[in-house]
Amino acid sequence: MLELKGIYKTFNPGTINEKKALNGIDLVLNDGDFVTVIGGNGAGKSTVLNMITGVFPVDRGSIVVDGVDVTRLPEHKRAKYFGRVFQDPMTGTAANMEIIENLAIASKRGEHRTLRFGVSKKEKEQYRELLKKLDLGLEDRLTSKVGLLSGGQRQALTLLMATLKKPKLLLLDEHTAALDPKTSAKVLALSDKIISENKLTAMMVTHNMHDAITYGNRLIMMHEGTIILDISGEEKKKLTVEALLQKFETISGTKFANDRALLT
Amino acid sequence: MAAFFGSLPGAIAQGIIWGIMAIGVYITYKVLDLADLTVDGSLATGGAVFVVLSTSGVNMYLALLAALVSGCLAGLATGILHTAFGIPAILAGILTQLSLYSINLRIMDKNANIGISFRNYDLMITLSNINKSLLVGACFAVVIIAILYWFFGTQIGSSIRATGCNAAMARANGINTNLNKIIGLVISNGIVALSGALLTQWQGFADINMGRGAIVIGLAAVIIGEVIFGKLFRNFALRLLSAVIGGVIYYIVMTFVIQLGLDANDLKLFSAVVVAIFLGIPYWKSKLNFKGKSAKGGAANA
Repeated sequence: MLELKGIYKTFNPGTINEKKALNGIDLVLNDGDFVTVIGGNGAGKSTVLNMITGVFPVDRGSIVVDGVDVTRLPEHKRAKYFGRVFQDPMTGTAANMEIIENLAIASKRGEHRTLRFGVSKKEKEQYRELLKKLDLGLEDRLTSKVGLLSGGQRQALTLLMATLKKPKLLLLDEHTAALDPKTSAKVLALSDKIISENKLTAMMVTHNMHDAITYGNRLIMMHEGTIILDISGEEKKKLTVEALLQKFETISGTKFANDRALLT
Repeated sequence: MAAFFGSLPGAIAQGIIWGIMAIGVYITYKVLDLADLTVDGSLATGGAVFVVLSTSGVNMYLALLAALVSGCLAGLATGILHTAFGIPAILAGILTQLSLYSINLRIMDKNANIGISFRNYDLMITLSNINKSLLVGACFAVVIIAILYWFFGTQIGSSIRATGCNAAMARANGINTNLNKIIGLVISNGIVALSGALLTQWQGFADINMGRGAIVIGLAAVIIGEVIFGKLFRNFALRLLSAVIGGVIYYIVMTFVIQLGLDANDLKLFSAVVVAIFLGIPYWKSKLNFKGKSAKGGAANA
């Protein structure tokens, strides 16, 4: 499904701000995998996602999606394979445009855009039904500007947009980090529901150890730009936060440090 | 005062021509969120192409079309400088604008000024027939607004709006943001050059300096339209219309201050000051609001 081979990335090479973000990432995702990614400050979690989606080019290595080498493709061309939800609720939607216009744009991800009308009547009904399922009352606000929505509503909408056209891989980059705990739990549950209902392959970066253990069938831990732990199946189900922290300290030889890590 | 009302129809006609130019500015400044200075050059390019073709016997409407295409090419140049060369939009526009000065002189065969008189040519818009000019100008504005309203409602048009609103979101949804910026600049400068061709007919000549400060007048029209109709007009077509009306109001105000005794040579200074103030208002408002809120919050917490 997704194959990362020997990915290296250094930001600002040759300057005092040089930062080796990724130090040889090798990873194979199987169809239907729901992987949670956890790690300390600057471990390279978000960078991996940005490499996969082409926000920045890789220094070395290759990225293969479903047999297609996308390493050199620009971001907008890769977009047809990926659905994305970002940490900042502002990033995933166009604030000055209507809810329905945002959905219509997302429904054409990876397709050729034409001079047909942006939103057809048939699509309108379809979107209304989908929004109803979110249970946020958005189905009655189809023509409201997205900028009027709350952070949680925007993340739910972005999630819907990212999966409107079934992606090969759904990438969630700490997408609940900016939300209050209650909203965060709601959006997380919604993500899980959408992933399992549509049988999506997904990667979720999180700072919440508990969530990383609860959700998904596989857990990856990163440290200083490498993957230091890859747990799946029965072993993952039995995992606890304490055990995970202990493993981290044994392998990395340091204490787990993340400003925002929630250890409970 | 009688003199003012007497000159009102002329001011309105001229305002409509500049209002059409303001539609072009609206597309870059508001839809794409780019400040494009190409327009100072492309306005004159439109005028130059029109006047040279018309005076050499080409059909008026073909000459108008050619003017539009010449503006599109100017926008294409800026778009390529901005996206393929990675030059900031403002600087890319300045580079094209500067090169257009030379190009416009070449188009006009080294003449700084070429006349086209209503006595010898059947002009669509002219100072000598203000009623006809008002009608023709309004028709052009309505047709352009209608076409743009349709276009920005299509899949391609929506993707251009998304590019201006949130480029990261656009790319994540598979939109080629660089291509869209180029398309927007092409359309915008095409419209600006068209208004340059209309302006040439109105004043009876094309001049190498006719576009100087055009961006400021265009911005003034957009901002005046927004300040007055922003709350009222939500629809995209109406927003474009408000830019045209903004242009008309701008010229009415200009006519008024000249009647009041302002030296015509000081007009550009006056325009710049007006635009600076209107651009500053939203910023000052947000600052005042912020202070007001924190003061209230402080009182509530105390």
